[in-house]
Amino acid sequence: MEKQKLEELKGISLKVREHIIGMSTDGGCFTGASLSCTDLVVYLYKEFLNLDFNDLKNPERDYLFLSKGHDVPALYGTFAELGIIEKDRLKNHLKTNDFIYWHPNRNIPGIEYYSGSLGHLLSVSMGVAYDIKMRGGNNKVVVIVGDGELNEGTNWEALLVANAHKLDNLIVVLDRNFFQANMPTEELIPLEPLEDKFSAFGCDVKRIDGHDFTQLESAFSGFPYTEGKVSVVIADTVRGKGLPSIEKRADRWFCNFSHREVEELIKELHGTEKANITSETLTVR
Amino acid sequence: MNYEELLEKLVNEDDRYVVMTAENRAAIRNLPPKIAKNFIDTGITEATMIGMAAGLASRGRIPITHALATFLTMRAFEFVRTDVGISGAPVKLVGAVPGFLSEANGPTHQAIEDVSIMRGIPPMNVFCPADIDDMMLGLDTVFADENPWYIRFNNLKSVVEHEPFEIGKAEVFGSGTDVAILTYGTLFNEALEAVRILEESEFSIRLINMRSLKPVDEEAILSAAEECEMIVTLEDHFLTGGLYSILSEVLVKNRIAANVLPFALENKWFKPALLKDVLDYEGFTGAKIAKKIISKF
Repeated sequence: MEKQKLEELKGISLKVREHIIGMSTDGGCFTGASLSCTDLVVYLYKEFLNLDFNDLKNPERDYLFLSKGHDVPALYGTFAELGIIEKDRLKNHLKTNDFIYWHPNRNIPGIEYYSGSLGHLLSVSMGVAYDIKMRGGNNKVVVIVGDGELNEGTNWEALLVANAHKLDNLIVVLDRNFFQANMPTEELIPLEPLEDKFSAFGCDVKRIDGHDFTQLESAFSGFPYTEGKVSVVIADTVRGKGLPSIEKRADRWFCNFSHREVEELIKELHGTEKANITSETLTVR
Repeated sequence: MNYEELLEKLVNEDDRYVVMTAENRAAIRNLPPKIAKNFIDTGITEATMIGMAAGLASRGRIPITHALATFLTMRAFEFVRTDVGISGAPVKLVGAVPGFLSEANGPTHQAIEDVSIMRGIPPMNVFCPADIDDMMLGLDTVFADENPWYIRFNNLKSVVEHEPFEIGKAEVFGSGTDVAILTYGTLFNEALEAVRILEESEFSIRLINMRSLKPVDEEAILSAAEECEMIVTLEDHFLTGGLYSILSEVLVKNRIAANVLPFALENKWFKPALLKDVLDYEGFTGAKIAKKIISKF
């Protein structure tokens, strides 16, 4: 990847992470999960998807479905940085005068579907992929799923069906941050070896570092991997990426920081100061 | 025109229609080669089928989905409620062998809470035709409607000529003032038999084929409550959440008290057997219905 492009993507990701931290107060949000998929989301919207937000009715456009809906702050932050929504609008987070809350709402431009209940949007995105095939289109359909979400059987059921119908215009992106709500995945419901599992269900799989834009570029530029098969990108990520104070912590999935902590965490994000986090750890779900 | 022919015609006239099934092909077995890509069998995966249907609808399709009524409304319930309900996607759910029509399958296959749970989803409407002709009269309208619909598939032979279908309008037979029998679906033919017996005993009866349970014909219910001595609700459904509940809601909303006799499954599943034996065992034959009405009148 060109150095200039790399720096641009890193710059956008940094801003998106600032937005996520900004939404982690006055009620909070799923900070840890949002930070793990930030680089993925930025890469996909900026580089991979053929998507003009002023022309969403265009039948040739691509789609991104966020099945792990609780990390929607990463999308809203990206939308704000790419000019899809006004930056000021993020201040409406959790307010009744807007639709920006803990899970995605389709009334926000760019949100394809309601999600939050895990294990749903793979099948919904398959409906879109099937329709594109019916019309002979070349649109790409991306669905981001979480690793904890893979506990839900509907994902595996849907993969069988997607491959049976040869939906090779579909790409499943796994945000593999190794945590589910309150527990490390491998301690609760072990998922590995994931490449083998997806392959056994008929998919073609690549595994990369989900924070490395060069690897993201090489993984996505090869799409579709094999004719007739669903492509899967397992993106190994870090929960809470960018904030050493909360990285890889089971108890920092949902965060509701004080305003002081938010200020300190923004500095920590930029590497200038270590934040002193004293607010209680939250377990949800 | 039979059901398969109707679907074939709809797809050929309007490419927005897609026919989906979770490997329940009983009513559509000859259809796949005739409609090619517009036929999608997802295998035994009710939830995935409904999710896909919601995705197809978001691209402008009108999916007509098929599965056994129990699995369609319950295995896939959260997908129906969340992926179809929240967006209001015009997905049509055709539930096979609902109510007593599951015959000898046993309680796993008894959809007798389907009306209750489907009507509880905000944009979802519910069509429960009395027999095959009644169903065919309504399907064009229901499929073309912009809302999602749950349809209790009913291929019982018709013994009366039905009126044209209109959403939210019941079909009323007679204008008697002693007893009004409100029913839908499977039990319509038994209700006709009960009416025959009651009229022989000099009762003045009106029979109301509800057809669409949501939206419901409140006017037909209110007229019956105001003009008749007794109202009977007759359904192959749990007592909770079906027609008896709908009637109660309409009466309470309009501050009307009535003498109501419900026929329904009260906190129990029914004895698995062939339809005629189920009706007899559970007390839902025309003769048994008439007898109980006479004893309670």
